Amino acid sequence: MNGAQVSYLSVPTADPRFDTMPDAPAIEVSHLVKTYAGVSAVNDITFTVARGEILGFLGPNGAGKSTTMRIITGYLPATSGSVRVCGVPVASQPAEAKRRIGYMPESNPLPEDMRVSEYLYFRGRLKEISRRKLGPRIDEVLELCDLKRVRHKIIGKLSKGYRQRVGIAEAVLAEPPVIIMDEPTIGLDPHQILIVRDLIASLRGRMTVIISSHILPEIEVTCDRVLIINQGRVVAQGTPADLRREILGHSTYHVELAGDAAGLPALLATVEPTLAVTAQGEPDAGGFRRFTLTTDSNDELGETLLRALAPAYRLRSLNRGQSTLEDVFLAATRRSWDVRSEDLRPRK
Amino acid sequence: MKHFLTLLSHEIRMLLVNPSTYIAAMLFLFFMGFIFTNILESYSKVPQEISPANAFFQLFFIPVIFMVPLLTMKSLAEERRLGTIETLLTTPVTTAEVVLGKYCAAYFMYIALWATTSGFFYILYKFIGDTHFIDLGPLGGGYLFIAVSGLFFVALGVFASSLSRNQAVAGILALVVLVVVIFGPSSLATSSWLDRDILSPLKDAVEYTRVLSHRDDFTRGVIDTRQLLYYLSGTVLALIFSILGVEAKLLHA
Repeated sequence: MNGAQVSYLSVPTADPRFDTMPDAPAIEVSHLVKTYAGVSAVNDITFTVARGEILGFLGPNGAGKSTTMRIITGYLPATSGSVRVCGVPVASQPAEAKRRIGYMPESNPLPEDMRVSEYLYFRGRLKEISRRKLGPRIDEVLELCDLKRVRHKIIGKLSKGYRQRVGIAEAVLAEPPVIIMDEPTIGLDPHQILIVRDLIASLRGRMTVIISSHILPEIEVTCDRVLIINQGRVVAQGTPADLRREILGHSTYHVELAGDAAGLPALLATVEPTLAVTAQGEPDAGGFRRFTLTTDSNDELGETLLRALAPAYRLRSLNRGQSTLEDVFLAATRRSWDVRSEDLRPRK
Repeated sequence: MKHFLTLLSHEIRMLLVNPSTYIAAMLFLFFMGFIFTNILESYSKVPQEISPANAFFQLFFIPVIFMVPLLTMKSLAEERRLGTIETLLTTPVTTAEVVLGKYCAAYFMYIALWATTSGFFYILYKFIGDTHFIDLGPLGGGYLFIAVSGLFFVALGVFASSLSRNQAVAGILALVVLVVVIFGPSSLATSSWLDRDILSPLKDAVEYTRVLSHRDDFTRGVIDTRQLLYYLSGTVLALIFSILGVEAKLLHA
């Protein structure tokens, strides 16, 4: 049961039967609003997901992630706005749109008293896979999700990890062009997370995937693009690297050096005008101190910095601070209500 | 209706593989057998005016009031409680297909349970060896009544199940609705305030909806299309409201 095992299994491409409009983007959400008894859960969300893209959906609890996903799948009606899946409007052609989506809900509800293969057969029939194709296809997804050993077990008796994989197997069963998974890795151990991650990565380019997660490194590794929503609005979107630059807006360097620190700010200003010392530590036994430097510039300053510092100080280490998506997430969701995605487009 | 058969066969399959179905069926047979032997015992003591079949179907409401809620309370309430309704409705399946699938499976079970009671009459026939005592007319009429009225009763149970995510609440709701439908019109018809001339159309309407007198008619061999229409329209209405019940819960989820 290792992660690499999954990746070399072939995943067939999305069924062409469902692709009547190959030019339309996989998912188009425009001005989506959903209010529950006067409280808005989703407030004017607009985004597009291209074919074959893996989109990560981030946001604190109650931000509207699940609601947005449920509206895309056609389970919940929107208050206003429109959703198109492969060019098919969900509101007016729900059956057509649902044929194009494989969905795994947040809590991954499964019937307790069915066997794994029975469940997949039943779901396959509901998803209009012909009897002839269904048997081989079930074997394929069982292999893909490493479920072969439990195919005759009753779902209610499976562990959380297996149940989660049954949910994923069910979502990819009908080979839909769009797969939506609400927190697919919740409750899995690191090993199983790796398997799920490889599974999702193996769908890249063939199927469009939207996943939501709380585990940020997870999203960072798997997703081509990230959408951060908070209080029903899109607060940031872009690739993880873009977001890091855009939301945090500065880079950090850590240096350890020994020598007289009084001349350091002046020296730094010659390297880059905005470079400044933001924190400094106490000298250790060898006289080395740790400084944290911050700059608004996004260029790589490491080499110039080394050249500038080396003649004046005894330098022990220099490294660039790696801001994680976690920092981005915290910074983006901390922003005020009024910050909208439009204001956050990269300034180029 | 493409998925209706898939859903129905799934539901029936789940019923048939579930041990609790057989335990419930056994207890039902035990209970009905108890009623049946009591009837036979009373016949052995004193001569009666009506046939045993007639007497047996006079007590139809006891199993109906208890069995229908038990059969139907799980159907939609359980799906919502587990959240599987979400995975179900995100496939190209309509709410109507889901509700109809549940309804038909529950009705199948209801009829299957009642069909087993025909064994009592078969045993009686084997024992006495004469159809004269069994009286096939009331027997057939009685089972026809059970089949026709069951359409409506099971639909009411499914409707109750669509209103709550708690099985117990759905069950009690179904029980109360069934008691009102079965005994309500009969007790209304005997109340004196309906005797006023101005209310006579209302009194007629109440007379038509008396389930207990429908049973008498059926066992006497009188099959009135108005009564058939009452059960059929009631069934359709209850099922439409069940579909609306499921969808309304989504709208206001």
